[in-house]
Amino acid sequence: MNAGIRIENLSKKYGNVQALKSINLDINSGELFGLIGPDGAGKTTLFRLLATLLLPDVGSAQMCDIDIVGGYKQIRNLLGYMPGKFSLYQDLSVIENLEFFATVFDTRIEDNMDMIHDIWVQIEPFKDRLAGNLSGGMKQKLALCCALIHQPKVLLLDEPTTGVDAVSRSEFWQMLKSLKSKGITIVVATPYMDEANLCERVALIKDGEILQVNTPQEIVGQFERNLYTIKSEDNYQSLLDLREFEFTNSVFLFGQSLHYTDVRKEFSLEEVNSYLKHKGRLHLEIEQIKPGIEDCFMALSTKNDGHE
Amino acid sequence: MDMNSDVKVIKVKNLCKKFGDFTANDNLSFEVSKGEIFGFLGANGAGKTTAIKILCGLSYPSSGEISVAGFDVYKQREQLKRNIGYMSQKFSLYEDLTVFENIRFYGGIYGLSKEVIHSKADDLLKKLDLQHARNKRISSLPLGWKQKLAFSVAIFHDPEIVFLDEPTGGVDPVTRRQFWDLIYEASRQGITIFVTTHYMDEAEYCDRVSIMVDGKIEALDTPAKLKEDFNAEDMDQVFLALARKAINIE
Amino acid sequence: MNRFFGFLKKEFYHIFRDKRSMLILFGMPIVQIMLFGYVINTDLKDVKMAVLDHSKDEYTAEMINKITSSGYFQLIDNLESIDEADAVFRKGDVKLILVFEPDFGKKLIKDSKGSIQILTDASDPNMANLEVSYLQGILQNYNIEINKEKQMGTAIQAKSRMYFNSNLESVFMFVPGIMATILMLVSAMMTSISIAREKELGTMEILLVSPLNPLQIILGKVTPYLALSFINALVIVGMGYFVFGVPVLGSFVLLMAESILFIFLALSIGIFISTVAKSQQVAMMLSMFVLMLPTIILSGFIFPIRNMPLPLQVISNIIPPKWFIVILKNIMLKGVGFEYVWKETLILLAMTMGFIGLSLKKFKIRLQ
Repeated sequence: MNAGIRIENLSKKYGNVQALKSINLDINSGELFGLIGPDGAGKTTLFRLLATLLLPDVGSAQMCDIDIVGGYKQIRNLLGYMPGKFSLYQDLSVIENLEFFATVFDTRIEDNMDMIHDIWVQIEPFKDRLAGNLSGGMKQKLALCCALIHQPKVLLLDEPTTGVDAVSRSEFWQMLKSLKSKGITIVVATPYMDEANLCERVALIKDGEILQVNTPQEIVGQFERNLYTIKSEDNYQSLLDLREFEFTNSVFLFGQSLHYTDVRKEFSLEEVNSYLKHKGRLHLEIEQIKPGIEDCFMALSTKNDGHE
Repeated sequence: MDMNSDVKVIKVKNLCKKFGDFTANDNLSFEVSKGEIFGFLGANGAGKTTAIKILCGLSYPSSGEISVAGFDVYKQREQLKRNIGYMSQKFSLYEDLTVFENIRFYGGIYGLSKEVIHSKADDLLKKLDLQHARNKRISSLPLGWKQKLAFSVAIFHDPEIVFLDEPTGGVDPVTRRQFWDLIYEASRQGITIFVTTHYMDEAEYCDRVSIMVDGKIEALDTPAKLKEDFNAEDMDQVFLALARKAINIE
Repeated sequence: MNRFFGFLKKEFYHIFRDKRSMLILFGMPIVQIMLFGYVINTDLKDVKMAVLDHSKDEYTAEMINKITSSGYFQLIDNLESIDEADAVFRKGDVKLILVFEPDFGKKLIKDSKGSIQILTDASDPNMANLEVSYLQGILQNYNIEINKEKQMGTAIQAKSRMYFNSNLESVFMFVPGIMATILMLVSAMMTSISIAREKELGTMEILLVSPLNPLQIILGKVTPYLALSFINALVIVGMGYFVFGVPVLGSFVLLMAESILFIFLALSIGIFISTVAKSQQVAMMLSMFVLMLPTIILSGFIFPIRNMPLPLQVISNIIPPKWFIVILKNIMLKGVGFEYVWKETLILLAMTMGFIGLSLKKFKIRLQ
């Protein structure tokens, strides 16, 4: 069965706000696909359209070759959906939540154990605890179990890792990888740029528009300029200094250093070095590095802003 | 933070906070210097929020000696509150008031005169390039602007220390950096920054970082030193190493 | 069917685990009925009255005696002239003045007709109204009494409005009112809040995305409250009967059938509210202001409808509890059968159909 998603020219408007602007996107069957963008980019709107919760203003989309508007009833049987907030019943226990969602889909937990087994073993020790008393990471795992209980073909996860600590986040991605091996198409929305590398392909999305769709490697490979990291004894001062520098294309704080691009294709690093030295910076270290997804996102989004 | 680094604006010694049998903060001790950017990290439920509430004078510790901005958290809570600023991702500005009405309201809370509020508001809006939005409702602004404005409002009364509770959650990477620009600038003016975040790269922007695990501070140093100690490439690995340890103990 | 029972199970978990809803469900009816029965008892006792007797014959003397011996009224003053009335009321002690026309007794015998004027201090209009009603009740009884002895009927000009409640016990009137209020509260408010809660927590999104259809979701939400409301109706009637001795003169089955109809109506209003409200808070506010206040104020439960200004009297017709209260009073206190309440029943039925239709139309299969 083709469990892919095809999105054509999809637009959605709320009042005066254009939440999605003519989105075109193809997600392959069995793919682990990332939708990367900040809050307000339109990720949730896109998910709700795909989950048949909203109707598009313009455009169309098919999931498993079924139209999301006309075939919403069929899609609802094939879809596992985890909304932004972990939508669990806080006053029901872990097992009661799971049982409820199983009956909603007219199935039983036992019949689907193979699907959720790996995740279930992690929360089983707490099965009689009320969902409201679980930690963020545990809630997230339970919500995932509930979304998988009817063996969906497509899984839509809206910011499953937001507000969850780093350990739970990395465990969560491990689970998604093992789910992928079962042939489910997984679409994950996340505001964390670093999670892009865990997906097979990603779409970078901002202000209702897709900036780019590709594998993380390709996106990084398409970075247009050479990227340099600059360290000094006072990074913030270097940042201010470089903003004044006539050849600066972009300069951003990045962890313990700055990421810098130059407007020129050919230039000598020594020039930048001596400029900063002249400004009084000490212990300068300048190196060329490979860009990350975040560099690409920022480059693409500032470029876009420039056009407007 | 250079020349002021010997002035300690936050002094915490043996802070303990218990809720019944549960120890939320287990014997915390640390100091924060004037103008320092202090990262306060920890997994969900590690006890960060509990500690921040105590430092802001919103709840009493079970035991320990704590002074913030030179004021004792037991006896001088009112003075303490007057000398700190607070901003969180959840609560920042009133959505149904305009930009200026919000500024005026917060200025008024801290007893600033009308003239001071007006002149400072003009400066602030100019700096943020928001003059055109002066009379717009907060709800009509993009998230990034709101966050920047919320921060500026939190330091509007020139507090000694500003507490930032996950200030950049969900904000796009460019805006996040603009936000950190503001933080650095405030720090240069001598305002101490006490910040929590889930973004590990932001931990690297801090002068020093503490990592809390299960109510205890398990690590406290500069990011560079922590990475060295844990033989890690970035703060993410440091954090994971510490947090995983906690889970294994459980 | 499995799906439906799964849903029901979940709903009962919600209800039984939430102390607040348990309190509203089972504490409320008992507290309310006790409150109205005992505390806010507007029964009259020793209302201070004065008499201006222009006739001073045996009839007036006997009537005054009847009135004062009823325990409701206490005679503290005899006036000589109508001019004193104003001053007596201003002093504040006297709440009511009874004026007999000159030659009252003679006219009663000769013309079979005697006139009495009742003056009340209407600064508390409800009490004044109640006093007049009680007084008229007593006069009516007296009228019946004297007519027994005579061949030809006489008439004291006073109409009894308390005909169906001859003991004049106010708690009788409160039971139907409380019944309407509680059933409205439990059914409409609780369902609307419970649906709004799912929206607020985001679980509604998952339910909508699941293969459940709107009718299944609505039925699953409504059934537990239908059952609980029915139990409530039984509790209220039972408490009225056993604690306050309020009779059910008419058919008990009819009474319960009408109650179920009203519960259906309230539930459909609750669902309708939930289609409008996005959060529990909004649902609560809407239920409060759109349902509770009109139920209490405009349904005739506390304030008699006939005393309202005309616009409010007209509005009261669209308040569902008004019709339910009429039905309850008829069945419980008058003891009449379906042939006397079919009109009101039809109105409730039409309202129910209207709201169910509206809700089904508004209850979306999508979020927007």
